[in-house]
Amino acid sequence: MKWIRFGVPLLLFVVMAAFLAKGLENDPRHLPSARLDQKIPEFSLPTLNNGAVLVTQQDLKGPLLLNVWATWCPSCRVEHPMLNALAKQGITIVGLNYKDERVEAQEYLQKYHNPYSTVIFDQEGDLGLDLGVYGAPETYFIDAKGIIRHRHVGVVSDVVWEQTLSAIWQSLAEDKI
Amino acid sequence: MMPFARFYAVATAVLLLIMSTVSIATIDVYEFENAQQEADFSVLVQELRCPKCQNQNIADSNAGLAKDIKDRAYKLLLDGKSKEYIIDYMVERYGDFITYRPPVTKNTWVLWFGPFILLIVVVLVLVLRKSTGAKPQSSAHITDEQKHRVDALLKRYEQKDEQGSTENEDQNKAQSDGQKGKGSL
Repeated sequence: MKWIRFGVPLLLFVVMAAFLAKGLENDPRHLPSARLDQKIPEFSLPTLNNGAVLVTQQDLKGPLLLNVWATWCPSCRVEHPMLNALAKQGITIVGLNYKDERVEAQEYLQKYHNPYSTVIFDQEGDLGLDLGVYGAPETYFIDAKGIIRHRHVGVVSDVVWEQTLSAIWQSLAEDKI
Repeated sequence: MMPFARFYAVATAVLLLIMSTVSIATIDVYEFENAQQEADFSVLVQELRCPKCQNQNIADSNAGLAKDIKDRAYKLLLDGKSKEYIIDYMVERYGDFITYRPPVTKNTWVLWFGPFILLIVVVLVLVLRKSTGAKPQSSAHITDEQKHRVDALLKRYEQKDEQGSTENEDQNKAQSDGQKGKGSL
């Protein structure tokens, strides 16, 4: 019986410690996307450069990255050079300009270079809400059928790209063939 | 005293008036067609959780996103959608996280039933302990030789006590307490 008196609290402690240690690593702000493995929601929004040109979900057939950004978002500025580098590698990046001002956003892209093949202008954040965006920057991985395969919340840094995202991109690109 | 009382009453009234207009200014931007819509809306903003600011509902949060969600919920209500429809609609977009009343799923099963399971386990343990614990356990297991040694030690301490006089009451008490403990062993 002695081992129970000693062992049970020890076991409880180890289990608790394991859970808490795991909790330390988890960022509670990183939520799983509810839209994972679903089609991009229906939308019809103008582009940033031309209010008369409408983009719909039909236009977003990947593999491509859908990057949610805004001029008011400092982290977007941080990841911008990385997006430029990725675009140079031949990766298609569609921008979703989220709750922003048209002129400011246009100036921003002129100043820091434009990595986007198209920029969707979502001033009211409608598509953002339908996608479940809760803070820029967010990057969605869209496959050839227009299905969301992955969502990355936060800055796309070179470290994150190397460690996790490039593999996901590879698997999307292979699916196409 | 009377003028002062009146002054305070007026001052309080003015203050309350100012405060109430301020709070009206922040809350009363949504207008509804009927009381049901209004009631549904107030429940919704209490039960929907802001995904950006995590431990606030969208009624309390000033985040832009909370306002967007409120606006969308308002629009859907005016379209004649039910409260349940709107909650499902938001869960579809933001996941179970968005509701303060998570549904019972594979993931939330532990959350819902874990406490009850733990309670049952604790009750079982207590019941089992009571039924087995009735038997005397510890004291029965000392050999005769150990008992002799205990007796000898006790005797030595008793003698010491008698010599040790009453210089230190506390210490004496502590020792005799200790002896009582040992004696009952």
